[in-house]
Amino acid sequence: MPSVFHRRAGLRKSLLQSALLVASVVVLMGAGDNTARFEDLGHRLMCVCGCRQILLECNHVGCAYSEGMRAELVAAVDRADNDDLTLQSFVQKYGPTVLAAPTKAGFNRVAWIAPYLALALGLLWVAHLARVWRSRPLLRPADLPMPVHGPELERFREQVRKETEA
Amino acid sequence: MSLIGSFALLVALALAAYCLLAGAVALTRQTAGSARLGETARRAGIATFAAVLLAAIVLVVAAFRNDFSIAYIFHHSNRDLSAPYKFATLWSGQEGSLLFWSLLLSAYGLVLRLRYKTDPRLFAYASVLLAAVQVFFLLLLNFAAHPFAIMQGSLPADGNGLNPLLQYPEMVIHPPMLYLGYVGFTVPFAFALAALIMRYPGEKWIHITRRWTMVTWGFLTCGIFLGAHWAYSVLGWGGYWGWDPVENASLMPWLTGTAFLHSVMMQEKRGMLKTWNVWLIFATFMLSIFGTFLTRSGVVSSVHAFAQSSIGDWFVVFLALIFVTCAFFYGKNRSHLRSEHKLESLVSRESSFLFNNLLFVVACFTVLWGTLFPVLSEWVQGNKVTVGPPFFNRVNIPVALLLLLLTAVGPLLAWRKTSLESLKRNFLWPAMGALGVGVLLLAVGMRPWKDVAYFYSLVTIMLSVLVALTVISEFVRGGRVIARHSGQNLISSIGQLARRNTRRYGGYVVHFGVIVIMIGFAGSAFNQDTEKELGFGDRMSIGPYTLVCQSYTQDDNPNYSSEWAVLDLYKGGKKIDTMYPERRFYKASQQTSTIPRVRSTIGGDLYIVYEGLNQDTGRPILKAHLNPLVSWIWVGVWIMILGTVLALVPNSLPVRVPATARIEAEPVGVGD
Repeated sequence: MPSVFHRRAGLRKSLLQSALLVASVVVLMGAGDNTARFEDLGHRLMCVCGCRQILLECNHVGCAYSEGMRAELVAAVDRADNDDLTLQSFVQKYGPTVLAAPTKAGFNRVAWIAPYLALALGLLWVAHLARVWRSRPLLRPADLPMPVHGPELERFREQVRKETEA
Repeated sequence: MSLIGSFALLVALALAAYCLLAGAVALTRQTAGSARLGETARRAGIATFAAVLLAAIVLVVAAFRNDFSIAYIFHHSNRDLSAPYKFATLWSGQEGSLLFWSLLLSAYGLVLRLRYKTDPRLFAYASVLLAAVQVFFLLLLNFAAHPFAIMQGSLPADGNGLNPLLQYPEMVIHPPMLYLGYVGFTVPFAFALAALIMRYPGEKWIHITRRWTMVTWGFLTCGIFLGAHWAYSVLGWGGYWGWDPVENASLMPWLTGTAFLHSVMMQEKRGMLKTWNVWLIFATFMLSIFGTFLTRSGVVSSVHAFAQSSIGDWFVVFLALIFVTCAFFYGKNRSHLRSEHKLESLVSRESSFLFNNLLFVVACFTVLWGTLFPVLSEWVQGNKVTVGPPFFNRVNIPVALLLLLLTAVGPLLAWRKTSLESLKRNFLWPAMGALGVGVLLLAVGMRPWKDVAYFYSLVTIMLSVLVALTVISEFVRGGRVIARHSGQNLISSIGQLARRNTRRYGGYVVHFGVIVIMIGFAGSAFNQDTEKELGFGDRMSIGPYTLVCQSYTQDDNPNYSSEWAVLDLYKGGKKIDTMYPERRFYKASQQTSTIPRVRSTIGGDLYIVYEGLNQDTGRPILKAHLNPLVSWIWVGVWIMILGTVLALVPNSLPVRVPATARIEAEPVGVGD
């Protein structure tokens, strides 16, 4: 039968193992997070060599900018700078065109608002059109056409065919 | 040679101007001689084609003869360029591509003027409008972007050569396809404006232009996707669409053109949306011209943009003229465009087309807005900003998904009114199928909550399944009715059904192609890539594949020198292929180009790029991308082309059902 000492030692060993496991998971999770953040931020930045490609997609070997920019990004992610701070440091160094999309501040906000505004206005227009079309008056009995023959009848038949054809 | 070409262009300008002026006079003056004058204008329009063709032939012959006394040939060709690319010189630079545009326009004009008997007066108006556009391009060619300008100084021994990125087989057909699309929209534009000017009664002009519009749209679709495939195969970044301004320029008229193809059905069948349709085709044509302006004016920077030049100003003036002309005649004759019917229900085909058009136009506006916002920002804030893929993807993907939903629902709605009961009945099992696929994808490990890209991917696939099932159900329901009355089996009945209304069922095939493409796009959420310096015997793994470097080698020919890697590809420990990613150095232009190698399967592409030597270590760098489902995009395009061709085939005669036969009221054929 194992002694209390042995049991405690076993418990300590288990705790140590668990702590190591948790620590390594946290570290690995952190590594995974860093990779994900690097990927995310790298896709929010442009290479400034003039290739008009996303930083992580610039495929010019020996590109004068992208390798250095990637290294700066890795360093910023390792320092655990927050996203805004990281992006801002790139803007300060390379200018506002380094961001792959307009920011959501100041006049740049207009870039984001306009498409949704267009959609909203379009929906209002469709609703208005539908209301106008639906409220169009029906023909009054006096306006109703007399029974038709000949070409006019053919015209109505053609209309029926168009509206009901398979 | 250059003299012949220059003279041909001048003659073409004179003929086009005569066609415009004499044609306009003949149409406005109803005198005894106006018919004869109109006929001479028509013939001048036909002769314009011959003159422009001669100029184009001269330019191509000059390229084949290495006539570097012509500046254009010096800048875009060289002695060692292979024959297909010498031919492609015609559209490789600004002046040549404008000549090519003019040639296509005159070719479309030729067909239109030869078919004038369909409706001589409408065709005469359209011919005059086409001549007006032709005059603009010929003015440009003669006075602003002359393709036969002579080199100054001593005659160079060799030319600068064609841009290496253009030395790829698809570039021989991609620009012609795209231009056939751009230029082709001039024809429906001319007919629409002609019908408005002359207050053309009825919708016959739409019937006349339907085929033109569909053919044009088909060419533009092919052109866009050939461009995407070229970008994928040549640029070496592993993608096919980068939201570059030039790509956007081709997408905008495609979006409005697609909206027009849908909304025009409302005018044909219900006499509604007449004003909208007219402005939609005006906008499509103006966007085609605007795209050319974007790429040639230097207003926005693009990887594809041709040299900045002053011809941008010409395009601004031309666009303004088009707009003023359209607005003037719309203001004058808008009473002619009143709708004939009322909207009877919101649950109807009409309302689905309204929403469909709204979404297409919003998508187009978003692309236009994003493309121009850097210019606007510079005006307002004094500094340019970049509007790149993150913006376009974020704004346009939800719109595309809504369009996909409408593609599923639309065919189930009848014209005028659909009962909710019938909608539910027809929609239930496709919806269940889509949900089932969603659950299956979750079960196999898709985690939409982890990343918005995964979420969009899941929704795209589910909606695509929904569309596929509604399309299939439409074919099956219609086929069953024919099978019941004709005694044929279901497959031949479906074939007969499609032949009886090729436009409708061709359209469904196009929709099917669209969803296959959308599934291909959805795969991009799961792209992977890796990069490594790879010495002899070194390994690199990505997904299920392992690449082992066997050797590096070099080659040289008069046009370019090249180096490439020889990589053995393993999957599950078994060698399955050898790949040769390459990098070329073009001597004449002193530029490098990558030739990625792609192993394509239905599940995804393995895309290998030889990026060159690391300057510091001297070791070669290879980049591997694993791009799921990309081949679905190219398959989807073929399906779309098939559907477009089917929609262009004339309907066969309907099967005669005996008068005594009882036709059950099954919800078939709710219209186009």
